[in-house]
Amino acid sequence: MGSTISEKILAAHSGQGQVRAGEFISAGVDLALANDITAPLCINEFRKMEAGKVWDPEKVVLVPDHNTPNKDIASAQNAKTMREFAREQGITNIFEVGRAGIAHALLPERGLVVPGDLVVGADSHTCTYGALGAFSTGVGSTDLAAVLALGECWLRVPATIKLTYNGQLNEWVGGKDLILFTIGKMGVSGGLYRVLTFVGEAIQNLPMADRFTIANMVVETGAKAGMIPVDDVTLEYVDQRAKRPCQVYRDDPDCAYERETLFEVGDLEPQVALPHLPENAVPVSKAPPVPIDQVVIGSCTNGHIEDLRVAAKILRGRRCAPGLRCIVIPATQETYLEADREGLLAIFVEAEAVVSAPTCGPCLGAHMGVLAEGERCVSTTNRNFVGRMGHPKSEVYLASPAVAAATAVAGRIVHPEELPSL
Amino acid sequence: MSQLSLLKGKAHKYGDNVDTDVIIPARYLTTISPEELAARVLEDLDPGFVNKVRPGDVLVAGENFGCGSSREHAPLAIKSAGVSCVVAKSFARIFFRNAINIGLPVLECPEIAEITETGDAIEVDVASGLVRNLTKKAEARTQPLPEFLRTLVTQGGLVNYVRARLGLSKQG
Repeated sequence: MGSTISEKILAAHSGQGQVRAGEFISAGVDLALANDITAPLCINEFRKMEAGKVWDPEKVVLVPDHNTPNKDIASAQNAKTMREFAREQGITNIFEVGRAGIAHALLPERGLVVPGDLVVGADSHTCTYGALGAFSTGVGSTDLAAVLALGECWLRVPATIKLTYNGQLNEWVGGKDLILFTIGKMGVSGGLYRVLTFVGEAIQNLPMADRFTIANMVVETGAKAGMIPVDDVTLEYVDQRAKRPCQVYRDDPDCAYERETLFEVGDLEPQVALPHLPENAVPVSKAPPVPIDQVVIGSCTNGHIEDLRVAAKILRGRRCAPGLRCIVIPATQETYLEADREGLLAIFVEAEAVVSAPTCGPCLGAHMGVLAEGERCVSTTNRNFVGRMGHPKSEVYLASPAVAAATAVAGRIVHPEELPSL
Repeated sequence: MSQLSLLKGKAHKYGDNVDTDVIIPARYLTTISPEELAARVLEDLDPGFVNKVRPGDVLVAGENFGCGSSREHAPLAIKSAGVSCVVAKSFARIFFRNAINIGLPVLECPEIAEITETGDAIEVDVASGLVRNLTKKAEARTQPLPEFLRTLVTQGGLVNYVRARLGLSKQG
């Protein structure tokens, strides 16, 4: 019997000819990532292991992106801990304020992840790099400390669920809508411990930004990793950036999928996930007509230049609804600069939105847009759990940049086509 | 976890999809102090929890316990609050890894999770995987941990596993 892409990557990294779903392996990793929330605990555990030096400083990436620019003294201390550790260990891939951005947008942009890689990160959205045909998954801080010490990570080889998407997507419908729709169908534990592989016409037609969005949110089904097979779109993206040669794997025709599901998405409407679970996806036309206090456009899920272009297309010449606050966050410095070159930042400011420096901030209720009691936010981020963006009695509605921008103008959740034309 | 084979405590029962944001909200993630984290555990789900929990108590929950972020602060906060183990119908994978790695016993036991109510007396034999609800006079056995994870647990968690690999003595 043949192997899946994930089985092939994990076999190659564990020195075995073939591995099968269910097996436990210890696999050598190509890249290990930590952020300013998980790194301090990781470094603390690394000290207890007394390994002295990290196994390979070239393969460690530290990105202080959550509570940065430092929101308080404790956050500043955490960023300092990372900085000092990087200096001590000779880790050059530390990306600080002004040179950085949100890790899951930054690493692909810098060519640090390539197809065929095994990437582990102390951040649950490390699964984003599945969009590049890499096997990448989130782990904890002690897990990452062990990787820093040994260069290896224990993993159970996951089974693969194959999801096929047929049809041509409507205007204003993209990767965010496909993944919210999928989470709605599978539920927040429907992909537990599995790899979700995304194929079909609708996926092949998507640009990389939308593919990153899809892979980014597979963890919201409980999945270990997402996988989008490498094609010309991937290679074009990688060739411009990659620092290393890549290895392209394919599912063998006789590989074992745990199950296969076919979605016809030609008629799909933009999706909105209602509070308080990402699985509460409904078509935008079924979203409740409640007043919205804040809109956030950004994050590792939807802070790409393509996302900002969509938002700007809607906000150009319009203004945010009275009383509504709109926060736009380019995911990286490169994205910020490109948005400036294209005049997008001016469009946002003229629409009375605020443009922030790259940060995860509001997505996890850390800073730069925390919600008060009773407030409602439409956000292009990835989680809407109780208290996720602030007060435990606030509400988060997850949506695409298009729906979020249209909502910013209307003051309630709307399809972009519902806005009066200019 | 191997030294604390028989665990006994009062159940605190919660539903499905208890996520890491309610276990320990991000506003408290600027510290790695176990005591500071323990003082805030489950604050957004059950604000009274920290005053009710007693050493040895057991968290009992539904499906997908610990879903969401990779923050190891979540199992650390639970463990540091004195909770002896978590019994659930199922666990999110990163939470499960983190718990195993730091030595917080986690047991998948849908039968007992289903019938347990807050206040029930729970007894867990971690070594054999036998979970008892003494109040309801019911018991069920969990699937034993795979061999690889048993080794990890027997060695005293991932820190000691790595120390052994590096030829160092066990810590603590």
